Amino acid sequence: MAWFLVKRALALALTLLAASLLVFGVLEVLPGDPALLILGVNAREDTLAALRESMGLDQPALWRYLTWIGDLLRGRFADSLTYDVPVSELLLPRLAVSGPLALLSLTLAVALALPLGVLAAARRGRITDTAIMGASQIGIAVPNFWLGILLVLLFAVSLRWLPAGGFPGWDAGLGAGLAALLMPAVALALPQAAILTRVTRSAVLEVLGEDYMRTARAKGLSRGEALWRHGLRNAMIPVVTIMGLQFSFLLAGTIIIENVFNLPGVGRLVFQAISQRDLVVVRDVVVLLAATVGVVNFLVDLSYALLDPRLRHGAGAGSGRHG
Amino acid sequence: MPLSPVRRPARAGAALTAAVLGALALVAAQSAPTPARAAPPDALVMGMVLEPPHLDPTAGAAGAIDEVVYANVFEGLTRIGPDGAVRPALAERWTVSDDGLTYTFHLRQGVTFHDGTAFTAADAVFSLDRARAEDSVNAQKGLFEAIAAVEARDDHTLIVRLSHPQGRFLFNLGWGDAVMVAPESAGTNTVNPIGTGPFRFGAWVQGDRVELARSDTYWGEAPALARATFRFMPDPQASLAGILSGNPDAYANFPAPEGLVTLESDPRFSVVIGSTEGETILAMNHRRPPLDDVRVRRAISHAIDRPALIDGAMFGNGTPIGSHFAPHHPAHVDLTGMYPHDPDAAKALLAEAGLGPGDLSLTLHLPPPSYARRGGEMIAAQLKAVGIDVEIIPVEWAQWLEQVFRGHDFNLSIVAHTEPLDIDIYARDDYYFGYDNPDFDAVIETLETTVDPDARAALYRKAQTILAEDAANGFLFQLPKQGVWDARLEGLWHDSPVQANDLTGVRWTD
Repeated sequence: MAWFLVKRALALALTLLAASLLVFGVLEVLPGDPALLILGVNAREDTLAALRESMGLDQPALWRYLTWIGDLLRGRFADSLTYDVPVSELLLPRLAVSGPLALLSLTLAVALALPLGVLAAARRGRITDTAIMGASQIGIAVPNFWLGILLVLLFAVSLRWLPAGGFPGWDAGLGAGLAALLMPAVALALPQAAILTRVTRSAVLEVLGEDYMRTARAKGLSRGEALWRHGLRNAMIPVVTIMGLQFSFLLAGTIIIENVFNLPGVGRLVFQAISQRDLVVVRDVVVLLAATVGVVNFLVDLSYALLDPRLRHGAGAGSGRHG
Repeated sequence: MPLSPVRRPARAGAALTAAVLGALALVAAQSAPTPARAAPPDALVMGMVLEPPHLDPTAGAAGAIDEVVYANVFEGLTRIGPDGAVRPALAERWTVSDDGLTYTFHLRQGVTFHDGTAFTAADAVFSLDRARAEDSVNAQKGLFEAIAAVEARDDHTLIVRLSHPQGRFLFNLGWGDAVMVAPESAGTNTVNPIGTGPFRFGAWVQGDRVELARSDTYWGEAPALARATFRFMPDPQASLAGILSGNPDAYANFPAPEGLVTLESDPRFSVVIGSTEGETILAMNHRRPPLDDVRVRRAISHAIDRPALIDGAMFGNGTPIGSHFAPHHPAHVDLTGMYPHDPDAAKALLAEAGLGPGDLSLTLHLPPPSYARRGGEMIAAQLKAVGIDVEIIPVEWAQWLEQVFRGHDFNLSIVAHTEPLDIDIYARDDYYFGYDNPDFDAVIETLETTVDPDARAALYRKAQTILAEDAANGFLFQLPKQGVWDARLEGLWHDSPVQANDLTGVRWTD
């Protein structure tokens, strides 16, 4: 188990190093001069040079890369080129929006998908199953931003129950904050839930055919009890794998959804920073997102060990993604 | 962006979605009697598309900075009013020496900055010297180029000496880039702006809004609004849903023109189409043959159908222009008749230049604003009709600045030049479209040092005519200002002579 942890941590560090090189390299070759974007078309060459110097852009690329990594390792963040404040100051309030949004939508997705998937599997071939599968097919087909716009039309413009967009800040109270996040979370969660429902259904169906399930029924457990006590836990491995993979889609989805709902989150920050060529913000946020995905995958790997004792003790420890 | 006002990339399907949104909103409007007002009657929420990168108008070109702070938080020695005319601001009055070289400004007494320090001539000297200093990061340093020396005669008298007479000097001092700042706060104005205006800075929730509050120490008449909030909503669809649901209360420039029809028919809203300083042009790269041939440029000008373009790309809003000059300016000459839409004349001119149908193939770089993306498709079709093939290349602003503006790597591009009275860009050496005519340069040179208003107007007219005769660029239309606000609001600017949302005279009427 310890060796497994070390191996995963090393892999995570290498991934982050590769991600940092990649994002820095891409930003280097991307056309666009941050100084010209800030000062516009009437700026004189000497003014542009003065600004580039004050932003440190006149230094060689390798030096800027090493300074950046060195600063990050010491927990220091450079100033955003456009906002003129340290990236950490920009990120914290944004994380306070994107973090709860991602958690809320993940929770909603799981809360919907698990019961529906199990129900569909238990009622295989019947009308309930067909209805759930049909609904999930629609859920997969609908793009989240379009769903978001429809939700706004219904709940904000017509019914006026929820705000059309924007975020009042957590200072305005937990209720107001959650109200602002509800529609975006639902828009993000439904397509995810649709996929998870299908995965849960097929995982449970597969488990239902296993020998140990027959054994459990033979011991005298009812169908429901057998499913609950022996089936679900084994069915969870593919479900958790997909959840881990979906998490990165969820992060990508927040970039679009935050723009549709005008939420001041990390996604909108990075979108804006790319168009403003705020190299400092883009590279820090990309590395942060890569780290988040890496950590989530790490947790997924850990959860296999919790779900399946064989992986904890046997030779397969650390290597296997089953299912 | 100095070149483009508040617009965003037109997304595929945006118009369709907005149309659906509009239709549903109409249904919603019938069931909802009055909008829930976003705020009590002494507060206003203004919607904006772009968030300012920071809040110091003397250190950046982003129009969004001025849209929040100009005339609200910061004031200059002079200011530009809603009609575009220069008015006194922190300089109560001034005298100009007969040779036009020495300006004596008498500064208003009893003016304080929001941090409590007094505004004196020493602050004015500091502000002007800072803007023209060697290490200055002022985006419009050129405004101060004529200044030779600045000194304070006493606390309330400022002397500015010029190296040559400059007809636009007082106008230049009215720009956001020339506002008065204090040495104590100049370094932190980017995040905590301290000015002398009727509103002081309250809070900035980055990514969401900037809040201003009425200043108790303002020297002039106190504004009716106690609080003003600028909310940033980059998505055009979010803006329509937002204004329909009553938050924000107003858009100085509404980003979803396809939604205006819906809003115009709704009595809860005022829709006011005004003018801006944005001349929208089809820029032609004179360095690239055959665009160096005036016959080819005239052919392109004849190929453009401006009314169709304005209907198709701008939903009917926008005034056709025949040269690089705002139609609302007193010195404007109407030159739209010089190249009427005439495909046959265009083909004949091309043939004269030795180009048959299909011989000429050009690229068209389009920056993100919808006037460019939508307009570009129509221009491409109109040029195709006279036998010119056009390849459309959509670019981001950063790419546009790098490739088109700085790199001169383009044939055609569509862009709106939003700086006021910027016809002098055609006299610049090596500007991106590469226009070069010594006669024109001479007119601009004379204009620069001419102070007499009538003589200036005559020179402006001459400059416009030369550009039109040379078909220097394809002149398309003046960009409209599409204001939408709650019908109970009054005092918002109808036109946009500078990029600003002056809230001094704004009030709720009930």
